[in-house]
Amino acid sequence: MSIRIFLALAICFVFGNAHALTPGQAKAIAIGEGDARIEALRAAVAGADDKTVTFIQALSDDAVKVVAGNPVIVKDDKAVDPVSGTETALPDSAEDVMNNNRMRGELDTALASLKLLSTDPAVRLDAVKTLQGEVDESKLPLIDKAFAQETVPDIKDRLGLLRAAALLTSSDKTKRLEAAKLLAESSQAVTKTLLIERLTMEADVQVKAALQFSLSQVESRLAWGDRLGAIFSGISLGSILLLVALGLAITYGLMGVINMAHGELMMIGAYATYVVQGLFQKYAPGAFDWYLVASVPVAFLASALVGAALERGVIRFLYGRPLETLLATWGISLMLMQAVRSLFGAQNVGVENPSWMSGGVQVLGNLSLPYNRLVIVGFALAVLGGVAFLISKTRLGLFVRGVTQNRPIASCMGVNTARIDTYAFALGSGIAGLAGCALSQVGNVGPDLGQGYIVDSFMVVVLGGVGQLAGTVYAALGLGVLNKFLEGWTGAVLAKIAVLVFIIIFIQKRPQGIFAMKGRSAEA
Amino acid sequence: MSTTTTTTPTLILPSRAPLLTRTGWGAWLAALIVLCALVPVLNLAVPAGSVFHLSDFAVALVAKIMCYAICALAMDLIWGYTGILSLGHGLFFALGGYAMGMYLMRQIGTDGNYKSNLPDFMVFLDWKELPWHWTLSDSFIATLFLVVAVPGLVAFVFGYFAFRSRIKGVYFSIITQAMTFAAMLLFFRNETGFGGNNGFTDFKRILSIPIATPSMRMTLFVMTSVTLLLFFLLGRWLVNAKFGRVLQAVRDAETRVMFSGYNPIGYKLTIWTISAMMCGVAGALYVPQVGIINPSEMSPANSIEIAIWAAVGGRATLIGPIVGAFIVNGAKSWLTVTYPEFWLYFLGALFIGVTRYLPDGVVGLFKKLKGLKGVAK
Repeated sequence: MSIRIFLALAICFVFGNAHALTPGQAKAIAIGEGDARIEALRAAVAGADDKTVTFIQALSDDAVKVVAGNPVIVKDDKAVDPVSGTETALPDSAEDVMNNNRMRGELDTALASLKLLSTDPAVRLDAVKTLQGEVDESKLPLIDKAFAQETVPDIKDRLGLLRAAALLTSSDKTKRLEAAKLLAESSQAVTKTLLIERLTMEADVQVKAALQFSLSQVESRLAWGDRLGAIFSGISLGSILLLVALGLAITYGLMGVINMAHGELMMIGAYATYVVQGLFQKYAPGAFDWYLVASVPVAFLASALVGAALERGVIRFLYGRPLETLLATWGISLMLMQAVRSLFGAQNVGVENPSWMSGGVQVLGNLSLPYNRLVIVGFALAVLGGVAFLISKTRLGLFVRGVTQNRPIASCMGVNTARIDTYAFALGSGIAGLAGCALSQVGNVGPDLGQGYIVDSFMVVVLGGVGQLAGTVYAALGLGVLNKFLEGWTGAVLAKIAVLVFIIIFIQKRPQGIFAMKGRSAEA
Repeated sequence: MSTTTTTTPTLILPSRAPLLTRTGWGAWLAALIVLCALVPVLNLAVPAGSVFHLSDFAVALVAKIMCYAICALAMDLIWGYTGILSLGHGLFFALGGYAMGMYLMRQIGTDGNYKSNLPDFMVFLDWKELPWHWTLSDSFIATLFLVVAVPGLVAFVFGYFAFRSRIKGVYFSIITQAMTFAAMLLFFRNETGFGGNNGFTDFKRILSIPIATPSMRMTLFVMTSVTLLLFFLLGRWLVNAKFGRVLQAVRDAETRVMFSGYNPIGYKLTIWTISAMMCGVAGALYVPQVGIINPSEMSPANSIEIAIWAAVGGRATLIGPIVGAFIVNGAKSWLTVTYPEFWLYFLGALFIGVTRYLPDGVVGLFKKLKGLKGVAK
């Protein structure tokens, strides 16, 4: 509550030259019959000053009491006179001021319209959003004033729309026509509802036609927003699939190891992020916003170490026996899940977004791109670039490719193939850890985190084709976008089923995936 | 010109192995007598206080595990003998179970919570009549047909497309996993008409006979035992026949089989469909005894567990998977009660240990020990 009062005080500085709140006004707003009070409130808003704001805020916070027929603001057990500001002790006989829901609504609207003139852009934006949908002509002078003062383009646009919405309620036909024309420029979903609402109430044919035209304009713009939104969430899902599948593209695609514990390696990455977050909270709360940067290498290393241990301990004894590898790694995944349950509990743990990742960019009226999704898309691209560089340009990458293509010859050339296997598997696992770190920013972190992605990520690798990275990229983004489009059309579950069926049919046509390795083997 | 005498080469084929050896038949009959005579007597006739009394709990557990053993047997035919690891057998099991469950739901009649002729969940969803796929659910004969036909048809269609485009090895495993995953999502939906995530439960009677009586339970138990033993014989017959030899050849060198003039698709498709049907039957026997069926039976984890039963017992032995199903599920029902948090560690270690150290399973280990003893003599 103190914050809200502080806010109200902050607003007060704007109203240097306004009329003063009179004791009569204060009394009329606080005491009396509902309609009379609302009348008084509206009158006071029209000529508001800083004291009016404080008083209305206090009313809305239930901090106004009546002492001997006069309203006072209660602050720290003291009674403050709303007009003179003198403090007196609060007597026991003070009575509460009752506000019904209608009065409360009026108070909120009054506060919002006053906040339109605040110096803080965030407060103004909030006020505009509150007022949307409940403005009428009486607010017009205030909105005009705010519109003239406004310097932030986004808020100015919104104020313009608000003004148009207020004009629509006017009894003057030309004003309504003008408003309809103005509203056609909008790309907000609320405008659509507003237009539809007014369309049913409008009697004048000319205005009706103008409204209809504006409505179709707004609708087509909204449809574009929806379409772009679907593409973006598709790309976002695709980038997550890409991160998940990149690790698999190395362990399965290049090394031919079916790793059913891949999802659990992601889970380890996510939990590593959680642990780093905890450490930052405890030892470096000031640098909390940067914990995510620190957790990226930690997540990579944690998963890579576990992966290396798995390769040394289990998987290397099963090379050339893919079905057995599948079962053994499934067993590993069960044990890892249970281990995490024993260590961290079966419940999901909370991983917060750093403050620079919350919020988003408003692109269109109904399309805003959250920063965390944008960061993940960028992160996925960066990881992709890193992996591509590592595989195609470095010595390790050369060895990995050499061992993949012809193990005996690579060995003859002096490559320690066993060690390369471990490195490659650790690399793939580490990338899974990075995927887990990214996932912790958009979803729940729990022992089952990996399970939900394992089928999807194998589909990506199978669809993309084994043996190279390009197919994985196209398959991940393609599946992501396809999934989101179908989701908008048929619902999430049917979309998933449709995608699975699509993959099964696709593999009929191209059993080796989108990009097949060329070869002459009858087994291929 | 010299004359060359040509002798027609004679090809001596190994004679067909007997279905079971003498001791094998002896053991089979002994199992039949124990399961179909001794167990009912010990459970029903021996009074509850006696040392020899077999508790209802034990009977129910054995019955449940025998249903699983049928699945493991089916898995052995497709994986052990044909080399195709299916991660979707849980789907066929569940489909058989759902077919039986639909009939059992209709048998509830108007005794449900809402006293309606329709199953409770349909009343709850405000449906006025049975959806089309429930048309046959009133008839027991049709249900028996569906129990086999639905999993069989699904397997046939899926297998036809998969084998035709020569999807094999791990690819096939992953696609089957995706299949059962998709089916699970589908069955979780209320609109599909199978009770959503609650599935079917609260069964009252079968063939108008109350389902919860001791005699009905024992009848189902005996039926499950006989089915398991007969399926075992069927498996023996299949793998000893020429058909089974081609399957094993496909497993060991599919390309060579093709180059020898065989088309493996027909063989693979047949054993795949038979295996799915066996799972369907197991599901149908499972549901009335356990009293519930829901989509979680189709979760990928369940299907992959079937594979571990077969692997623990020993692949390509037929008896092994049955033994494996008993070992793993016995351990499961003991551990999940005594050390619940320990069970997944155990199962995980089993997956790793069996694939690394016991590729031939318990039966293989047993044979090896016997062989060692023979050498020592």
